Amino acid sequence: MGFLRSLLRGPDPPTATTAPAAGQLRSPDPPRLDVGWATDVGSIRDHNEDSVLVISAVQEGDDQQPPFGLFIVADGMGGHRAGEAASSLAARVSAHHITSRCYLPALLRTESDAYQPSLTEILVDAVLAANDAVYQQVRGGGTTLTCALVLGPQAYIAHVGDSRACLIDEARLEQITHDHTLVERLIENGQLTADEAANHPQQNVLYRAVGQGSQLEVDTHVRRIAPDNHLLLCSDGLWNVLGSAKITQLIQDTPSVQSACQSLVAAANRAGGPDNITVILWRSPSG
Amino acid sequence: MSVHSEPGVEGRLPEGYLLRDRYRILGLLAAGGMSAVYTAQDLRFTNVRRTCAVKAMVNSAESPDARAVALRNFEREASLLASLSHPGIVQIYDCFSEGRRSYVVLELVQGKDLETILTETRGFISEGSVVNWALQVCAVLKYLHSHEPRPIVFRDIKPSNLMLDHHGHIRLIDFGIAKVFHAGEKGTMIGTEGYSPPEQYRGVADPRVDIYALGATIHHLLTRRDPRKEPPFTFDKCPIQEVNPSVSLGLVEIVHRALAYEVDDRYSSAEQMRQALASLPSVANSHATVRLDTPTGDRDGVTPLWRFGSEDEIRSSPAVDNGTVYVGAYDNNLYALDAETGELLWKYPTGGGIGSSPCVYEGVALFGSVDHALYAVEADTGRVRWTCPTQGKIWSSPRAAFGHVFFGSDDRHLYAVNVQGGRVAWKFETDGKVRSSPAVGEETIYVGCEASALYAVDMGGNTRWRFRARRGVTSSPALAREMVYVGGQDRYVYGVDAQSGWLVWRYRTGGPVISSPAVDDQVVFVGSADGHLYALNAETGRLVWRHATGSQVTSSPVVFNHRVYFGSVDGYVYSLDTEAGDLRWRFQTGGPVTSSPTAAHGLIYIGSSDRYVYALPA
Repeated sequence: MGFLRSLLRGPDPPTATTAPAAGQLRSPDPPRLDVGWATDVGSIRDHNEDSVLVISAVQEGDDQQPPFGLFIVADGMGGHRAGEAASSLAARVSAHHITSRCYLPALLRTESDAYQPSLTEILVDAVLAANDAVYQQVRGGGTTLTCALVLGPQAYIAHVGDSRACLIDEARLEQITHDHTLVERLIENGQLTADEAANHPQQNVLYRAVGQGSQLEVDTHVRRIAPDNHLLLCSDGLWNVLGSAKITQLIQDTPSVQSACQSLVAAANRAGGPDNITVILWRSPSG
Repeated sequence: MSVHSEPGVEGRLPEGYLLRDRYRILGLLAAGGMSAVYTAQDLRFTNVRRTCAVKAMVNSAESPDARAVALRNFEREASLLASLSHPGIVQIYDCFSEGRRSYVVLELVQGKDLETILTETRGFISEGSVVNWALQVCAVLKYLHSHEPRPIVFRDIKPSNLMLDHHGHIRLIDFGIAKVFHAGEKGTMIGTEGYSPPEQYRGVADPRVDIYALGATIHHLLTRRDPRKEPPFTFDKCPIQEVNPSVSLGLVEIVHRALAYEVDDRYSSAEQMRQALASLPSVANSHATVRLDTPTGDRDGVTPLWRFGSEDEIRSSPAVDNGTVYVGAYDNNLYALDAETGELLWKYPTGGGIGSSPCVYEGVALFGSVDHALYAVEADTGRVRWTCPTQGKIWSSPRAAFGHVFFGSDDRHLYAVNVQGGRVAWKFETDGKVRSSPAVGEETIYVGCEASALYAVDMGGNTRWRFRARRGVTSSPALAREMVYVGGQDRYVYGVDAQSGWLVWRYRTGGPVISSPAVDDQVVFVGSADGHLYALNAETGRLVWRHATGSQVTSSPVVFNHRVYFGSVDGYVYSLDTEAGDLRWRFQTGGPVTSSPTAAHGLIYIGSSDRYVYALPA
């Protein structure tokens, strides 16, 4: 009810004029991004074509910004090392675009304006910039790209391909993104049943990927993540071998997000590890 | 009648004559001995041509004392009539006196009176039509006769006082208010010979006087025999069926009873007569009403449960609380109406027009006025509790939470005022006039200003963040799922992160967005001056659907039961399906609808520039 008191009393006088004693935290739980990640070549492949990029920024002080997080998973494809080149380039170019257009300007002012592009526009433009870069620089390469920008409890997601962003509450996993796979599209169109799809030979064929041409349609999503819920980004090396229930259970059973990421990778490897496995897991702050 | 000495007192008002700097005389409608009715243009409405009727009366009393008494009676009568609200009664907007002349400004009803219709009809008017009209008159009489503290007796029911408007509704048009100026004159009777019952000649004003006169009116309409040309009380000498054999025996009996010479032999109430009429077989065919040309009579099957007429435009939104509708009008009044019947419970006059929508909080109705003050009035009695003066007009609608009321003023401040005592807790200065209404979140208040900024202010009155649009933000922000949605005069609809103030998405419409968004089930509904109502995905800002109306949509939509309701400057109230934007119904009012609807009790309450607030079935 602090806001009520401040309402009745008027503005609060400046606080925190005394420095905390050495070795003593001013607050027991300072705002920070609780994020973990892991990437692994898997048990079959000989190199890792996945890329992962995590930026976590907190700022404390007067006129503070909400904690800022940028999480990117990209799963490359293409021979002659084009896969890892594509995924790495896409992750770097999109991260550069997003930080330079929304985080760096925000460090200099507390005001946003209509002349700046919106967050969704920035995210879409970031994926398009990655698309151009891969298309021009990595011959024969392509990649999935799933970017999640986290501001306070809100997650802004841009997505192309079959890596996934999922929301995990206490007992349930909800897939936020949509797989751009041929099989998925056939199911949507009623040409395949889920059972037929599971054994379809073209399981991994994407109809939409970064770096395949100059045009690209990008999906965006905005989600509020309730306190203590998780946002999971992962490549198909995880979700192809572990079901939703198993993923949810592993996350719920592990105390820290970092150890949960390692457990997920280990579980995928135990299940055969046919593909590269990449996960990023973020837990939203307690309410 | 002799002409009194005051120069020009008997003269007609010339065309173009300006009354009170407000009503410009357009022409003479009708003239009687001591009064005349003119059409006039109300110049207070600069953007639309609004016409009204002005009745001018001359105070003919000879002595100054008698003139003063007559003037007092006039004012009392006019105030009484102004307090009446029934769809069948013509509304009074204004009354004033200048010298020996007194004026009443009335709603101008487009239509024809029944005497004119009778004259213009060849042969007999159908029984169904006559019964339909009589039923409507009974409903108005029931309303008047049950007026508290004492019944109002109309005393002059006759075909020429019953107007059939373009919607097929009967309106009572002359309350005989002019009679106060020559009530004492010899030979003056209130009422009209032929239609008035015997006891009226003795000065009795019993409600059953009106029942007799209605009986006489029905008789006249069915037989075409004008009672004014016959000896009084001789209806029994002219049996209806002898003249017009098509009239049913049932109706003949009803007319006969209404016309009984002895008061006690008539129907005891208008309701009793109405029930008798309603049970006639011809009622089933009464839709065969005489149809007048209906230039704008497209109602698409929606009939209001009631409507209430104020004296000026209603641009703000009604608030509904505890069975009462609260609505402010440009006529300076806040009205409290019974939500079920539309009956006036009380009204509270401020010193200026009310464009701000009221909110009801802890038994207090809170609203702003262009007289610069915020008012706190007891919701059940209309007694003022406190007022809070500001330095500018208040267009912003107050929002109450945490024991405080938050509102903006043209003095560029957002105010937080204690609801109990009216004390200002804090003022927050913005860059421009604050006409947007604040959205109050858990710990933050969001409000726009005319100098193109959207602010997030904490509960202590300090800025949390500021978002700059390209033009003014008049639209009121909507808060949902950690997002703030707002429209800008720069044509955009914005989705802004509530915590950080960062722009999440924007959607460009074809015109300024004054309308305030409504959010329901992941969809943002908002109107634009480009004439559309938009449904946008709340997450991404992508267009789900849009629906075109005939003019600007500045009204703010409301979502109720999978329908979205809003008004348009084209004069209609719309009901669309939220899923696909399909039109469910639309209802035409008499003027642009900039008011925003409120949904309660399965009804949609909305005001219109035609001065009415409507209760429509959702």
